[in-house]
Order: sequence, then C-alpha cells, then structure tokens
Amino acid sequence: MIRWRRARLAAAREETPTARTLVFDVEDWPGHLAGQHVDVRLTAPDGYTAQRSYSLATPEGVELTVEGLPDGEVSPYLVGELAVGDEIELRGPVGGWFVWRPAPTPVLLVAGGSGIVPLMAMIRARRTAGSTAPFHLVYSVRTPADRYYGDELDRPDPGLSVTPLYTRVEPRRRIGKDDLPEPGPDVFVCGPTGFVEAVADLLLDRGHDPGRIRTERFGG
Amino acid sequence: MGIISRGFRGRPRDDQGRLPPGQYQVHDFPVLSAGPTPRIPLDQWEFAIDTETGRTHRWTWQELMALPQETPTVDIHCVTKWSKFDTSWQGVSLDVLFEDVETEAEYALIYSYGGYTTNLPLEDLLDGKAWIAHRFDGEELEPRHGGPARLVVPHLYFWKSAKWVRGIRLMNEDWPGFWETAGYHNYGDPWREQRYEGD
Repeated sequence: MIRWRRARLAAAREETPTARTLVFDVEDWPGHLAGQHVDVRLTAPDGYTAQRSYSLATPEGVELTVEGLPDGEVSPYLVGELAVGDEIELRGPVGGWFVWRPAPTPVLLVAGGSGIVPLMAMIRARRTAGSTAPFHLVYSVRTPADRYYGDELDRPDPGLSVTPLYTRVEPRRRIGKDDLPEPGPDVFVCGPTGFVEAVADLLLDRGHDPGRIRTERFGG
Repeated sequence: MGIISRGFRGRPRDDQGRLPPGQYQVHDFPVLSAGPTPRIPLDQWEFAIDTETGRTHRWTWQELMALPQETPTVDIHCVTKWSKFDTSWQGVSLDVLFEDVETEAEYALIYSYGGYTTNLPLEDLLDGKAWIAHRFDGEELEPRHGGPARLVVPHLYFWKSAKWVRGIRLMNEDWPGFWETAGYHNYGDPWREQRYEGD
C-alpha cells in the first residue's frame, strides 16, 4: 500500500523563470530509486482534490522540480503559491521500470526540456554511489537559460559527459542521429511525446536494441 | 479529507460525474509507453488467442478486417491522471473473436509486439466490454497510439488497453503483466482508484 503522507515544504529554489525545485520534509519516507516519481495531491477548501505525478530529482530526500504550465491546475500552485512551511500530501515512490540501479554498464541519458528531472536523479545517484559507470547526457532545451541544474551540470563530474543542444539559439539544433552514440549503453529517454518518439526512432535507426531503451513521456 | 492547500481552488468542475476520483480531463491525446514504438509490417501482423489447452486461434490483418466492425465511443482513463471523454474507435469486439474459442480459463494475459504484457480476468474482455481497435477518430490508428491495432478495454485504467496487441493467452491462474509487476494495481478499476499495488 502506497499511502498518502504529509509533506512540508522545507526549501525551494528557482531553476529557471518558470521552474522551481521543491524540497519536502516527509515523515517516514521509505526511500526510492533514481527515476521514480511521486503523486502530489492538493485539496481545495470545498474538498475538491487534484492529483499530478512528478519525478523525483534526487536519489535521497524528496525533491521535485516542477515546470509551471501556463494552463496548468496544479503546477502553477506548486511553482507560484506554495510557501516554505506549507503542507501538501504526496505518496510514492511509484514506478519500477524507468529506474537506474548502480551497475557498471554504460548509460545514455537523453532529456528533452523538463524530462531532465528523473535523469538528473540518475546522475546524482551515480555520484552518490561512487559508481564509475560511464554516463553520457544529451540535453535538448530551448536556450541555456532554460536549463535546469545548470551550475551543477557545468561542474566536472568524472565519467559524465554532457552534450547540450539548444533548439532556439543559433545554430538551432534539433537532436539528430550523430548526437547519439553507437549501441552499447542502457538508454533512458525522457521528455515530451514528440521528442521521445523522435529519439526512440533515431536510436532504432542507429541499431540500438529496443529492449534496452526505456522511455518516459510527459503529456501530449 | 486531506490537508487543505491554502489558496488552492482548482479548476471549475463540470464533468457531470464522468471523472473518476483523482483524474482530470484532457482534450488532446497524451502518449505513454515504456519503450520505443515497435515497427510492425501489416503483411506480417497477426492476432492470436492461445487457450489453456494449447490450442491457438489466429487472424491475419485481412481476416480481422473482414470481421464485423463496431464503432464504440467511450471515456478513457489513464493511471497518470488524465481522462479523455468520448473517444471514438473502430474495431472488432472480443465477443466476435471469442465466438469459436472453447475455454474454461478465468484469466487472460495480453501480449504485444515489443514485449509488453498486461493481465485481466477474462470476463472483463467479454460482453461488449473490449475491442481490438485499428481506427481512432475516423483515421488509421497511429503507431504511437498503438497502431496497427490495440486492445481497448475502457472500464479499466488505460494501461490495460495494450498497444500493438499481438495476442491473448488464456490461463487458469492469474499472471501479472508488465506494470502489474512494477508496482501498479493488478485490476486497475479507475472508479475505485486502484492505481498502485494495495490501493
């Protein structure tokens, strides 16, 4: 049984003008694997509730990075309203497929926009575990200012290489076959549907084994 | 009732009781799958029902197309919280496909091109509750949404409606599928909010 727990906002920081990282204190959190997500539940004074799923951004502690969607119901509240000390409900961890467990196998991570969040949890889990597994991150995002975790990704992390692709900065770069390495690594792809579909197709064209490609998609 | 979220009001509610607990309505058609979209040439496509006695019933694409077609319009509910109302499909009722199938089995394991599986009781596939659908909204079903053909069993969370469906294995014992072994509920009734194991 994955029960609802009270979660108190302990700290928050801005990742970009539209995205915010939320650090929660959750009593008796059972722990989780990198790549898993939680369900968040908000309750209005009239008893109406709304739930959404968000990926965990770190391997330890309950930390979410939420993109405020202009027409969203829950995300604008989490990004713009929720204050340190406020409580919400959440439950998890959820998802036993899109996860990385420490292992020596090389890993390719491909992120589109806010799809970086569960992949960042994997990068951080690798560091925490002292793993020497080679990690390569391809991070497609509009502009450098739209990157999450920019400072952290700019600092050297031995064994991790990062290829940023900026889709709204000249030369506008959409991800292509040459941005993806040859078959070999375990692959995790996360982002909007169109991005994930395109990347999965490129990987198949490049000869990657479909059984080693794990995908997670956001919305339409 | 949960903790009141200070300042949270939520959207206006106008779902006329069609929205199961914890769901919200969408107007687009989100995509969720665990891996790449498989490439399935129609001339190699087949659908099979394997009974518990070892008998296999098979249909080619042409044979499926030649069967009586239905056009259900149904509401669908994804465990990731979105619901979409009045989705219109075309396909073959499982009642038609099961007409000549003799079975005493109580459980079904659906299997797909690409390796996906999901399980449900056989009775949830029969009596007008499920279809093998190959058209959506008047168009051929797109690969990303499960084309050439997918199961549609709208009264359960939509992960039970296996994309790229390849066959149904009938069994005397229940055998959990892909998400059912990864922490999700074994049955998945949206109206009882059976999202995860133990719900």
